[in-house]
Amino acid sequence: MSQVPLSHILMVSTALFFIGMYGLFTRRNMITMLMSVELILNSVNINFVAFNRYLYPGKLEGVFFTLFIIAIAAAEAAVAIAIIINLYRNFHSIDVEAADEMKF
Amino acid sequence: MSASAVVFYILSFFILATGLLAVTSRKIFRSAIWLLFSLTGIAGLYFWLQMEFIAAVQIVVYVGGIVVLIIFSIFLTQQSGKDLPPPVRGRAVFSALAVCAGFALTCVLLRGYAFRPAGYAVAGAGPGSGGAGASVGNIGAQLLSTTEHGYVLPFEVISILLLAAMVGCIVIAIKTKPEDQ
Repeated sequence: MSQVPLSHILMVSTALFFIGMYGLFTRRNMITMLMSVELILNSVNINFVAFNRYLYPGKLEGVFFTLFIIAIAAAEAAVAIAIIINLYRNFHSIDVEAADEMKF
Repeated sequence: MSASAVVFYILSFFILATGLLAVTSRKIFRSAIWLLFSLTGIAGLYFWLQMEFIAAVQIVVYVGGIVVLIIFSIFLTQQSGKDLPPPVRGRAVFSALAVCAGFALTCVLLRGYAFRPAGYAVAGAGPGSGGAGASVGNIGAQLLSTTEHGYVLPFEVISILLLAAMVGCIVIAIKTKPEDQ
């Protein structure tokens, strides 16, 4: 592990973040946009774990932040999917362009 | 190049390639499966960083929970055999340009910064010198401790958040009665 410098891990997480960003820009289907958000959150988690491992080896703060981010991501995915299913009932489509009006 | 470094580069190539396929695949179900592979690769990266507990949580929550939820919602809302419409060409080109520019800028910034371990880190505990600090026992003890560096208050806040999210999901996704429509 010590042969790989920290900046390479950070570059991997940066690349993953921008892949998720590309998906968020180009996709117009809500479920695929949710998948892109999951990729972005995962790149942040990689950053926290790598910083904790390389720069603060005796501490656990990065682990806790990663755990809390995973918990929040789970809650966010559940709420997002509930919203998507509700939207599908109202518009019969989960394309964001189709959802062009708010309530009623 | 040692075996450990080779494992890291293979893992990162796997994560990035499957992540790219997940955001570009035209079939939504395949996209979900590529996302599953990418998340599993990230769990492998956590194993490589000797954070076994985080890797286990990643597999349980992401692979076992979120991806299954996504696949369920695909089956509920979508004809999974149908292709997604291709992205608008101009939008795809410009977002690829923006993303490449952002990646290049971040890489330049990363190369110029010298990362040094913090001065007050445990003496002799450099990168890769044992994972005793991140054992499950230590994580659990600090997560529920009420002393200065304990995380019991965020833990309770997170549990309230999960309860609120659960109730909120039921309220949002509940079927309206026929007479309302």
